[in-house]
Formats: sequence, C-alpha cells, structure tokens
Amino acid sequence: MIIAERKPITEIWRLIESYRQILVVGCRGCVTVCLAGGAREVANLANLLHLAAREHGCSITILQHTVERQCEYEFVQPLAAYGQGDCSIEAVVSLGCGIGVQAVAECLPDIPVYPGLNTSFLGMPERSGRWVERCHACGQCILDKTGGICPIARCAKNLLNGPCGGSQHGQCEIGGGTDCAWQLIYDKLSRLNQLDRLKEIALPKDWSKDRDGGPRRLCREDWEEDNFTDEVRE
Amino acid sequence: MKSGSNLEKVLRAGHFAVTTEIGPPKSCDAEVVRRHGETLRGYADAYNVTDNQTAVVRLSSMAACTILTGMGLEPVLQMTCRDRNRIALQSDLLGAAALGIRNVLCLTGDHQSFGNHPDSKNVFDLDSIQLIHTARLMRDKGQFLCGEEMKVKPRLFIGGVVNPFADPFEFRVTRLAKKNAAGADFVQTQAILDMSRFERFMKKVREAGLHEQVFILAGLMPIKSARMARYMQKNVPGMMVSEEICQRLEKAEDVKAEAVKLVVEQIEQIRQIEGVAGVHLMAVAWEEIIPAIVEQAGLYPRPSL
Ligand code: SF4
Ligand code: SF4
Repeated sequence: MIIAERKPITEIWRLIESYRQILVVGCRGCVTVCLAGGAREVANLANLLHLAAREHGCSITILQHTVERQCEYEFVQPLAAYGQGDCSIEAVVSLGCGIGVQAVAECLPDIPVYPGLNTSFLGMPERSGRWVERCHACGQCILDKTGGICPIARCAKNLLNGPCGGSQHGQCEIGGGTDCAWQLIYDKLSRLNQLDRLKEIALPKDWSKDRDGGPRRLCREDWEEDNFTDEVRE
Repeated sequence: MKSGSNLEKVLRAGHFAVTTEIGPPKSCDAEVVRRHGETLRGYADAYNVTDNQTAVVRLSSMAACTILTGMGLEPVLQMTCRDRNRIALQSDLLGAAALGIRNVLCLTGDHQSFGNHPDSKNVFDLDSIQLIHTARLMRDKGQFLCGEEMKVKPRLFIGGVVNPFADPFEFRVTRLAKKNAAGADFVQTQAILDMSRFERFMKKVREAGLHEQVFILAGLMPIKSARMARYMQKNVPGMMVSEEICQRLEKAEDVKAEAVKLVVEQIEQIRQIEGVAGVHLMAVAWEEIIPAIVEQAGLYPRPSL
C-alpha cells in the first residue's frame, strides 16, 4: 500500500492561514491503514487547525469529509457539491496520498486543494508504528530472480549484480539501521539452494518502464469503454 | 595486447605491478594534480585518478587524467556509476580513449549520502559489472549497449575493484568471477588491513582458478595515525582493520615510520601469495610517502617497457 505521513502542522497552517472556510478530506484507503489520513486523522487535524487559528487570534470553520477512496472518481465525485451553489468553502486540505489530492483537485476546479500529507513510498507496516519500503513500481518486476526481495526499492543503489563493497554485517553502507537488500537476497537464495542464480550477469535493466520513460499509462483493450459489448455492459 | 597501456605491458610481462592513486583537488587548481604527479613520477606503473571519491565534488577524473598524460604519466581513469547514465558513461569511455587514456577502472561508487551533496539524485543506471560489460563490448565488438556499431574501437585496459572485506564473504569470490566474466582484465582490492582474511579470500580465488584469468592487485594503505586505524576499524563500512595493526600503531614511538614498515611487510607477505599480480597503494592525503614505501619494498625502479 501507499505509505504517507502528515505534514507538520505549522506547514499546513501556513498553507491555509488566509482562508476562513476549510474542508478537510480524508480517505479510508491506504492512508487510514498507515494512520495518516483516515477519519480519525481528519478530526485530529481539524482540532489542531482550530488551535492554531486561536493562537493567531482568528476563528475558522472546518468541514470534515472522509471518502471511501480518494483515488477513484466514483468516490470523490460527490465532493464536487462543495464547489457549487452557495457552499462557501474557500480551500481544501486533502489527507489523501498524492493521487488523492490530485483527484480531489480535479473535482473542484475552482477551489485550491492543498496536500496535508507527504506521500512517502510503497510499502507495508513492519511492526506497529513502523513502515518500510518494498516496491518502487519499476514496471518490470524482477522478484523472481532475487528471492522475492526487491533490490530496486531496497538497495540504496538499486544494484542488480550483488552487494557493493559497502555491505557489512548485514547492513547497508548508508547506515541508519538499513538492511543490505543484497545480503537478504543472498541469505534467501542460499536457503532455497538457488545461489547459482546470482552467478549470472544481470544485464542493464530497461528503465523505460520506470518513471524514466515518462508518465506511465496502462491500457487494457479488453476493458476500454469502446470495446464493451452490450453484453458486458449489462 | 588489448590496450597497449604500460600497466598492461608490465602485467603481461610478469612483473609485480605497482599502481597508486592521485585524488584531484576540490578546486580547479591543476597545479595540485601536477605536483602529485611529480612526487610520484617513476614510482608506479600507472596512477589511478579517483572520480569524485566518497561523493565529494572534485576536479573531474577525466580532466586530471589528461593533465597526467600531458606529463607523460599513465593514468587509470576511475569511473563510477553514481553520477552518469549509460549514455554519459559510454560517451566518456570514447572520450577517454580519444584523449589517450588507456586504463579505466569501473566502480559502482559510494552512495551520495557520504559526500557533500547528500541531497543529490543518484543515477546507478548501470552497476559496476554492467559498466565493465559495456567497456568490453565497445572495445572487443565495437558495439554500443544498444547494439549499434562504432567505427573505431576504444583500446582500453579494463579494471574493476573487489572488496574481500565486505559481506557476504563467499559471494565476494562470485563477484570477482562475474567481473572477470563481464570483461575485467585487472582488479584492485579494497585496502588490506586484515591479512588473514585476504589470504582466505585468495585461497578461494585460486580454487576457482580466477587468479589465472584476471590480474589481481592487492590494495594497501599506509595509516598515518593509530586513531585513524581505530576509526576505520569501527566506522567505515566495508573495511576491516586487524587488532594487530591498531596495536602496533598505538605502541609505536614513530607512528609514521611504523606505518611504512607495516606496508612494506605486507608487500613482502603478499608477494608470497600465489595469484597476486601486484599492489595498489592508496595513501589518501599522504601521497608523498609512496616513494619511500616503493623503495623500501624493493620495487624501485619500475620496469620500463
Ligand atoms: S522489481 Fe520493480 S515491480 Fe518488482 S518489487 Fe521491485 S520495484 Fe516493484
Ligand atoms: S550495502 Fe547493500 S543495500 Fe546498500 S548499496 Fe550496497 S548492495 Fe545496496
């Protein structure tokens, strides 16, 4: 899932301090699970912003709205109502990931939408209160070759031919308690009796499937609207 | 002869080779490079020029190499994968050959978090093994990575590094085998400050027959102070410093003399190890000590071929 963390309250306050009517939008997806942007965090942020407003000698109105998933039009479309009629929302703070923020902004073309989170990485909780990166969405998965451990996301140099000279005692040379991904890969393949796989030279990777190839788009012809038969529609 | 470099000639003639290192300055002062070149002239068969070592911005390795060739000294161009993608790396390999640089050393490169621009992007489009493969493809097949052909092939003596002191230990031999298979003609090791580990490494290298396929130069580093030795023992990833070395430096009255003595002794030990083709002397910020080491080790004068 997508892991995110809330921006410091002072930063969020500075984004919205000139507005008096604010909508904070949460998401029940990934950011609820990583405790950054669910209904609870929306309420929490609203409280903190009220406090900040009081400190600055002003008062603000904050509406709260948490949707099922901010990353699907279906669920954010209802937010468009806040931009219509006599609704007086001046600004929105989205506690969705970067995708959510953009989807909300698309639905509310005339109202500024600000990010309340820093979207960090694709990962998972390792234990309570600690999340770790696992995938970089490189577009061409090589986990089959690396014992199910990703060197693109988990090696500081995304090496493909084994550990660099800085790997020692299972730790990456960058320190900070980072495991060396290649030590993990080595140990795993050694358990699987597949160390031979690491003897082959991994040739340069095709990074064009990663972000280097430009913004990515995935098309499934069998699912594109135009190709829907009446049968499928029903 | 693949490159016709002096280093290649010395190694192929069976001489025990000596290489050493010149670190370019953190400014555009060419005089620093010339001064180091002059100090070391005649004491090595080729001179490695580091490439923004430890991710600190310095005068470019290619430029410093060119200054050395202009002085009649033979450089080994160090190239890391940290700062350039495959387009720039291949372009620089062509450029190096055009400038008369005959040796390249292909490295992955230290992570930028060690350097003075920790907030920079890193590239790592290729890794060191892929860079070796690329250099060989260009030299032997006259091909770019994409398969396109070039008119004139760059004549290069291709090197890599190995670190017998990093983990996992067994895989370090596999990595050497991969570098050899990818096209390395020679390798230089990380500084040996734990001889028994290096001996174990070389035993495995011989078992794999690699010492007969690739020239192995043992890396050695004189250490100026006992404190530095302790620091490296505890804090530098990928380094191992034996207790003996630390203690000898700690007990020595003249630490610098002891440091030289240690390296000279190490050279004697290394010459007894089957499969080692030479030494690579790294005296970071202490280049002026190299001549004394080379002389005392009986490796002076260098063969002229
Ligand atoms: S190889 Fe690519 S797709 Fe697979 S886990 Fe790593 S980054 Fe993700
Ligand atoms: S120490 Fe391991 S994880 Fe860190 S850069 Fe080197 S190979 Fe990658």
